[in-house]
Amino acid sequence: MSELTIAAFAAETGSHVLEHPRNARFAAFARGFDGASYEARLRGSGLRFLPRSDRSFPRLLASIHDPPVGLFLRGLAGAQLLERPAVAVVGARSCSPYGAHVARACGRALAAAGLVVVSGLARGIDGEAHRGALEAGGTTVAVLGCGVDRDYPAANRELASRIAETGLVVSEYAPGVEPAPWRFPARNRIIAGLCAITVVVEARAASGALITADLALEEGRDVFAVPGEITSALSAGTNALLGLGATPFTSAFDVLERYGLEAAAEPAPEVGARAAAMLERLRESPASADELARASKLDPGDLAAALTELELAGAIQEAEGVFRVL
Amino acid sequence: MLARAVSHALVGLEARRVEVEVHVSGQVPGFTIVGLVDRACQEAKERVRSGIASAERQWPGGRITVSLAPAGLRKEGSGFDLPIALAILAASHQVSAERLAEHAALGELALDGRVRPVDGALAVAEGARRSGLSHLLCAAESAAEVRLAGIEAVPVEHLADAVAYLRGERSPPPFEGDGRPALAEQDFPDLAEVRGQERGRRALELAAAGNHNLLLAGPPGTGKTMLARRLPGILPPLGDREILESTRIHSVAGLLSHERPLVTAPPFRAPHHSSSAAALVGGGPGPRPGEVTLAHRGVLLLDELPEFARPVLEALRQPLEDGFVSVARVGGRAVFPARFQLVGTMNLCPCGGRGDGAAECTCSPQRYAAFRDKLSRALLDRFDLVVVVPRSRAHELAAAPGEGSEDVRRRVLEARGRLGEHRPERTREADELLDRAVERIPLSGRGRVRVARVARTAAALAGSRDVLPVHVAEALAYRSPRELSAR
Repeated sequence: MSELTIAAFAAETGSHVLEHPRNARFAAFARGFDGASYEARLRGSGLRFLPRSDRSFPRLLASIHDPPVGLFLRGLAGAQLLERPAVAVVGARSCSPYGAHVARACGRALAAAGLVVVSGLARGIDGEAHRGALEAGGTTVAVLGCGVDRDYPAANRELASRIAETGLVVSEYAPGVEPAPWRFPARNRIIAGLCAITVVVEARAASGALITADLALEEGRDVFAVPGEITSALSAGTNALLGLGATPFTSAFDVLERYGLEAAAEPAPEVGARAAAMLERLRESPASADELARASKLDPGDLAAALTELELAGAIQEAEGVFRVL
Repeated sequence: MLARAVSHALVGLEARRVEVEVHVSGQVPGFTIVGLVDRACQEAKERVRSGIASAERQWPGGRITVSLAPAGLRKEGSGFDLPIALAILAASHQVSAERLAEHAALGELALDGRVRPVDGALAVAEGARRSGLSHLLCAAESAAEVRLAGIEAVPVEHLADAVAYLRGERSPPPFEGDGRPALAEQDFPDLAEVRGQERGRRALELAAAGNHNLLLAGPPGTGKTMLARRLPGILPPLGDREILESTRIHSVAGLLSHERPLVTAPPFRAPHHSSSAAALVGGGPGPRPGEVTLAHRGVLLLDELPEFARPVLEALRQPLEDGFVSVARVGGRAVFPARFQLVGTMNLCPCGGRGDGAAECTCSPQRYAAFRDKLSRALLDRFDLVVVVPRSRAHELAAAPGEGSEDVRRRVLEARGRLGEHRPERTREADELLDRAVERIPLSGRGRVRVARVARTAAALAGSRDVLPVHVAEALAYRSPRELSAR
C-alpha cells in the first residue's frame, strides 16, 4: 500500500517522487491517507493501480534505473499485457505525411504480428502508431504524462477510449494530475522502459523523441530510426541517430526479425488490371493523381476509379493529394 | 389642379406601384415632396425645377405638393424625377394628364433636362406590365432592359422629348432590337491555358456538367484559383428565363453597363474574404441583393475559403440548401433568389506549407486546429467535389496546353442534355460498391448522397445509360479527404 501512498503524495504535492520520502510532510500525509477508500474510488472510475512491488509489474520497466513507484492503468486489458513483447513507436507531433504514413504502417505491421505497440498518445507520429495498431486489430499501450483520466491532448480523446477498449492507457501520475512540460521526458522513460525496442519515426534535432531514444540506449535497449530526407528538418534527429549507430528501420520486418517473428502475410488485394498497374507504379514511389495520369495515359476519370478501388482494398492511401502504398 | 403619374419603388427585387400625385394650388409659392422618401428623392426638387426650366417649360406658380403613394412605403433613389416632373407639367396643363396616366415613367433628371438611367429598370418595367400599363418612359440606356420585360419602351433623351411625345408632337425613335441585342460573348479565361492539372480539370468538368459545388485545396501557387476562374467558361449559356432573372438582379444592383445591358452569360462573382455576411447574403436598410444573389444562375467563387469569417460561411448554408435568401431589415423584408454554384479554394494549413514538398508547415497545432474548425462539417458537406491539388512540378508547366474551354463545354452540354432526358440509375454492382464504400470509409448519409449524385454526372459525361461501378468509384475519389475532415 505504501507505493500508492507515495503516488498520491506526489500528485498532492505536484512533485516527482520515486522513493519513500523521509520527511515530516510525507509522514503527516501518510497518516491521513486512506488507501482503501482511494482504491475504491479508483475502481469506481474504472482505473487500477499497479504498484512496483506487484508480481505482475512489468520486469523490463522495473529494471530501469529510476522506475516509477507504480502505474495507474485504464482499460479493459489486464496488467500482464505490459509483459508481452512490446515496441515503442515515437516521433514528432507535427510530422510530415511521410512520417504519418510510416508510423501508421509500422504500427499496423507490428500489431498484426502480435507485438504490443507502445507510444505516447501525442499528436502526429504517436497517434498514427496507435491508430495503425488498432487498424490491424492489435493491442496498443498509451503512456501519458498526466493522469490517465485526463484525455490529453484533447484531439486524441476518442483515440484514447478506443485504445482502452482492447489495450491500456497508463501513467505513473495519479488521476487528476495536470500535464506539465517536465512530465513528458519522465513519461518518455516509461515508454522506453516498457519496450525492448524503440522505433523513432521522425524527430527534429533535440526533440522529445530523441530523449526517448537516449533513455532506451541508456538502458541498453535497441533503437531503430527511420531514415528520412536529408533536406527535411523533421528527419534531422532520426538521421543523427543513425549516425550514432541506431539500426535503420526500412520495414517492419527489421524489427520482427529481432523477435524471430514473421510478418503477417498481407494478401495481394483483388483489384482490376488498371488498379493493379497503378499499385505497381505506386510501389516505386508516391505520386499525385496528375503524375499518374500522365504516366499511365489513363483518362482522369478511369484513373480516379482505379485509385478508389485500391483505397477501398486498403492498398493505398491519399494524403495531401499524394497517393502512397500502405 | 391635380395630376397623376405612375412609377414604381423597389422592395428587394420587386417593384411596387407608386402613384406620383401633384397638386398645384394658387397660393404662396412652395414645393414639398411627401411620402416617406429618402434623401436622394427629396433632392428631386432641385433637379426637377432645373430640368423643367431646361426643357423650356413653365414652372407653375403657386404651392406644389408632390405625394408619392402609398405613403407607408419607403421610396429610394432618383428614379422618381421624371414622373414628378411630368406630373407637375400635367397639373399645370402643359401635357395631357390623360395621356400621362397611360404611361409609367422612370428616370433621373440632369440639371440640363437630360434623362439618366437608374438601377432596377427591368424590375420596374415588369411591375408596370403587371399593373396593366403598356408603355414606359425611360432613359434610352434602359430601353433594352425594359424591352426584356415585354413592355413598350419609350426611350427619351431629354425631358423635352418626353413632353413632345406626350403632347403628340413627335415620337422618339422606337427602340430597335428584340430585347436581346447581339452581345460579344463574354470572354472568360480559357481552360487551354491550364497545363497539367488533369484531376482538377476533370473535377471542373464534372462540376459544370452536374452543377456540383467544388472545393479546390492545395498549397499556394498550384493553380486552384486559375482553375476556378475557368468554370463559367465551360457552363452552358443562360436560357431566356435565366437571362431575365439575372438581368433583373444585376439591374437592381446597378451592375449593368451600356456595353453590357443584359446578363447573358452565367454570372461570376468572387467576393473578397473580408466581406461581411450582409455583403454576401444581402442586406442594408432597404434590403439589397448580396453576392449569393448576384451569382444566381452562375458561379460564386470564395477564394481562400477559411479566411472568411465563420459567421459569413455559416450564413451561406441557407442559400446553399434552399436556393434563396430571405432577408428581413427595418426597411422591409425581401426574398432573393440564390441558386448558385459554389467554388471554394483553400490552402491545407494557414501558412500554406502543407502539401508542398518544397516547404514545411510552420503552423502551431493550435493555429492549425483553429483553421480547420472554420470549416464546419456542415459546410464541407455542401461540396460534392473536393480535390486536393498538389504542387505541380516544373516539367508539368512546360507541358503542352490542355484542351480548350469550347471542347469541354460541348461535353458539358451533352451531359446536361442526357441528365435532363434520362437520369442514369445505379446498377446492382454500383450499388454494392457504394454500400461497401460507406462501410469501409466513414461516409455520412449526406456524403453518400453526394457520391451518388457525382456518380450520376460521371455516367452522363461518359454517355452511359446506367451508373456503373466505375462511375461510383470515380465519384468516391472526390469526397472530402481525411486531412480536411475532423478526426
